[in-house]
Amino acid sequence: MSLLEIENLVVEFQTASGPFRAVDGVSLKVDEGEVLAIVGESGSGKSVSMLAAMGLLPWTAKVTADKLLFNGRDMQKMSDADRRKIIGREISMIFQEPVASLNPCFTVGYQIEEVLRVHTDLNRKARRDRAIELFQLVGIPNPEERLGHFPHQMSGGQCQRVMIATALACNPKLLIADEPTTALDVTIQKQILDLLMKLQAEHGMGLIMITHDMGVVAETADRVIVQYKGRKIEEADVLSLFQNPRSVYTKALLSALPENAVGGRLPTITENLTDQQIFEGAVR
Amino acid sequence: MTPVLEARNLVRDYHIPGSLLKKGKTVHAVKGVSFKVEEGKTLAIVGESGCGKSTLARMVTMIDPVTAGDMLIDGTKVDIASEPLSSDMRSKVQIVFQNPYGSLNPRKKIGDILTEPLVINTKIPAGERRDRAMAMLKKVGLEEKHYTRYPHMFSGGQRQRVAIARALMLNPRLLVLDEPVSALDLSVQAQVLNLLADLQDEFHLTYVFISHDLSVVRHIADEVMVMYFGEAVEYGSRDQVFDDPQHSYTKTLFAATPRVDVDAIRARLERRKRA
Repeated sequence: MSLLEIENLVVEFQTASGPFRAVDGVSLKVDEGEVLAIVGESGSGKSVSMLAAMGLLPWTAKVTADKLLFNGRDMQKMSDADRRKIIGREISMIFQEPVASLNPCFTVGYQIEEVLRVHTDLNRKARRDRAIELFQLVGIPNPEERLGHFPHQMSGGQCQRVMIATALACNPKLLIADEPTTALDVTIQKQILDLLMKLQAEHGMGLIMITHDMGVVAETADRVIVQYKGRKIEEADVLSLFQNPRSVYTKALLSALPENAVGGRLPTITENLTDQQIFEGAVR
Repeated sequence: MTPVLEARNLVRDYHIPGSLLKKGKTVHAVKGVSFKVEEGKTLAIVGESGCGKSTLARMVTMIDPVTAGDMLIDGTKVDIASEPLSSDMRSKVQIVFQNPYGSLNPRKKIGDILTEPLVINTKIPAGERRDRAMAMLKKVGLEEKHYTRYPHMFSGGQRQRVAIARALMLNPRLLVLDEPVSALDLSVQAQVLNLLADLQDEFHLTYVFISHDLSVVRHIADEVMVMYFGEAVEYGSRDQVFDDPQHSYTKTLFAATPRVDVDAIRARLERRKRA
């Protein structure tokens, strides 16, 4: 049984000029202990599909799916109260802007203990001990002192570590990382990716990496889904995707990497591809 | 031939004033950096956030005065702290910023954005300003009908094209590009990099290209300077720096850059299987 199973997910937003389809029939599966990367350019619906699965979209969004199962339970039929018990505890998410996703008015210690207060029945002392333990786990030095700090007193990389610690607070089965390193320097990116991969392996979590960076995909994923304008274009294991991309779009995307440049100019094949050609060239 | 830009021991300090309870302090943002860029070449400046690369860009663009050291543009010494800058000097160096969503005024039409540098720095009449802006739009791959539109009607890549067009309106000698493609998607990034290369060939432009993305730097640069805590720890030709890095920080930087080749992925999967 897969950890998360989504079939034919459609997300529509009502706009002044009629409904806009942000996600158009995406299906995916993640197993325990597996790292799935969803890669796509902006507007490909990669974040929206995950937010929809977690039920975090505003009411203006219309979400439908043939199947939306987490651990065998149907997330669509579930009451909001039941879903809230899963989200944050069994599925958790980290976001792109670490500094912006923490509340500037509270100490990081308060924010991590808040998660434990809502989702577990640990007492105050046990919550604090667990917070210290989590900070040690994600490699924040002097955890006792650091718990009393506010987000603005920490660097971007440290804030992302706090976010990861918060997400891991209840030992989730599935972690969704939405562009976790986009706002960070390369050296810090390396540290955060290494940390995520280490924790993923130790806890046997399922991990979904949402990213636009082919480098991050190459460094982390087991399996990759390529999305374009809300549709799935290609799904493959990471090695065959880079070795032998099958869809036109993936080929174009990989050839646009500066590493693959031939001569002084980069091939910009996507410029000449119509949406029609991209969708027809999809390999699912 | 005199280099377009020459810097000798550039220093920039920022003084943070103290208050009743706190002592003031000085931040040494750039600590004595020297370099030279010849006409038509690209110097890439690499480093992590806070290493002083944007401060350097501000000094080269003559936004911030230098604290110490000499900066020569086209062989002329520039010191904006002691004498006001002539509009002639101003038009020699232009800058393109990282975020095209923030660097264009949302209340102005593209035409006004493009002609504003001419209004401020030259006495060119309105009709000719308009013609030049139209021509420049085409040069950067946009169309004449875009002249009367507002920035919010464009995608990120198109906006960056507008920002580049604005920088070129005064026929600068030197273009400072402060992370011009890091906010863009991969395929758009390729288009903008190609555009920059085309423009460089056509106008013999000199680029100072600031980036943290080593794969982009390797693609576009002739010379590379690596900065770390305000100092230039490595400076040389692209092949020199990439093939034989000397400083330990440069080596760390290269090791941290994700690799997309098939062998690297295979090696990683092997490691993962064993663990």
